[in-house]
Amino acid sequence: MNWPLVPQQVMTGILNGGTIALIALGIVLIFKASEVYNFAHGHLVMLGAFLTWWFAGGEELGNELFNLPLWAATLMAVLTAMLVGLAIERVILRPMTGQPVLAIILVTLGLSQFIEGGVSILFGAQPKSNFPTPFSPSDVIRIPFPGAFNDTIILKQSLVASFVVAAVASAVFILFFQYTKTGLAMRATAENHEVAQGVGIRVSRIFGLSWAIAGVIATFGGVLLATVSGVSLNMATVVLVAFPAVLLGGLESFGGAIVGGLIVGLSQALVQASRNIEVRNSAEIVPYILLLIILILKPEGLFGQKRIERI
Amino acid sequence: MLKVNNIEVIYSDVILVLRGVSLAVEAGQITALLGANGAGKTTTIKAITGLLRSQQGKVTRGSIELEGQRIDRLSPDAVVRMGIAQVFEGRRLFSHLTVEENLLTGMVFRPESTRSARVRADLEQVYHFFPRLQELRRRTAGYLSGGEQQMVAIGRALMARPRLMLLDEPSLGLAPLLVQEIFSIIKRINAESGVAMLLVEQNAAVALSIAHQAYVMETGRVVLNGPTEQLVENADIKEFYLGLTQLGERKSYRDVKHYRRRKRWLG
Repeated sequence: MNWPLVPQQVMTGILNGGTIALIALGIVLIFKASEVYNFAHGHLVMLGAFLTWWFAGGEELGNELFNLPLWAATLMAVLTAMLVGLAIERVILRPMTGQPVLAIILVTLGLSQFIEGGVSILFGAQPKSNFPTPFSPSDVIRIPFPGAFNDTIILKQSLVASFVVAAVASAVFILFFQYTKTGLAMRATAENHEVAQGVGIRVSRIFGLSWAIAGVIATFGGVLLATVSGVSLNMATVVLVAFPAVLLGGLESFGGAIVGGLIVGLSQALVQASRNIEVRNSAEIVPYILLLIILILKPEGLFGQKRIERI
Repeated sequence: MLKVNNIEVIYSDVILVLRGVSLAVEAGQITALLGANGAGKTTTIKAITGLLRSQQGKVTRGSIELEGQRIDRLSPDAVVRMGIAQVFEGRRLFSHLTVEENLLTGMVFRPESTRSARVRADLEQVYHFFPRLQELRRRTAGYLSGGEQQMVAIGRALMARPRLMLLDEPSLGLAPLLVQEIFSIIKRINAESGVAMLLVEQNAAVALSIAHQAYVMETGRVVLNGPTEQLVENADIKEFYLGLTQLGERKSYRDVKHYRRRKRWLG
């Protein structure tokens, strides 16, 4: 372990974890509402980033159509993603109602390929380097920290900003679920579709709404990732770190998704700090090893719902 | 107010479950629907609430009307909006939500906010009928006892401000004393708020003790109906549903002649 690097890596890890947590939240949302594990969520993230890039002056088929500032482009992308989410529910998932859950999950896998194909046709498959970043790499925050490398922790502004946005978005999201009527209807629907219908909740609307919100948070996640590491089709693989975050925290828990995201970010950063060269890609592997250990100890995840069974 | 006219229900296109069921629920009254397992009581309820469709059932003949409006083609949530709230068989609470959240799910289809004065008043009314729920309001519903869960289930239906409540076997799995308690509260709710009730029960004695009208179902059809005062005097009801012989004694299983009389009903 390279100790002087640890404080730096801990901070970077937690900040990275914020974005992972936000992406994990979207997966948890869909799972809670409809018990479908959405394998296309990473592609929604990627789509959100591409849409934002496009609205901000990216070229489609060689032509520039929009040239909006980043905030306006994000807003437009969020609205578009909302419509995309609604369309996915209406066109793809509603006809699947009543089919086995496994079939629906596989449909989301197909959907991910569809999005990837659509994006590469519309915007081209090569990575985009001209994503508008409000921060330049030289804008850093220096925090004095005795014992760390050079006695300072250096944080990229983009990383700090994305963490703040992720934290605010998560908080809004959780408050919405806990304290609004629609949030209550969504939680009730998540527990039992039939009973929810029986108390007068329009379940199909709730599903549509869940997908729309999932599209929105995916887009936020996409923009945050893009400001840190640019836009490319590979962004969809971010779900590979969101998966362990979701499962670690417990599939049904928003709080769990956030803690899971932070744990994943932190563990990856710490392994990087260890400068381990014996195991290749050890930073990518470590979240899964943690996942394995936690699921052995707590099969429902850290904050997952215990099955309430009356005997 | 509720009229079920000669309905026929078929599951999976082949299984005929209801063979021409007609019944009427009068405003402000408790109407009991009695019958043994498999008689079609719950299917009748599901036909009214529209929840048949999610179980591949269909009303293939007849009609269901609420105050003159046909409701048999409406979706379940639209039926609730029409003013029909149900208490599910086996409670079916949202077990991870708290007691008060469960109660509030009963009104989410209404336009008011959960914090509005009207909704607060409705909650108070539920706590007035079930004082125990007030103490338990922050508890997770899944961990309550069966009787407490039944109270939440009834309270949840009340939160819809229904014109008609459908209660599917509220006595299911409860101790006799609790059954008495729950039924006396059901009777009070009916008397104080004037909501009409359709009460499905296997426990005929307790259901007849609070109902104004009753229907008896067997194998998918109504075989007997009338005001409860009349029905409790009926010899067949006494024998088959209340377990009494004409002399008011417990029936002996050696006396098998009654099967012959029962046959007349099945026809």
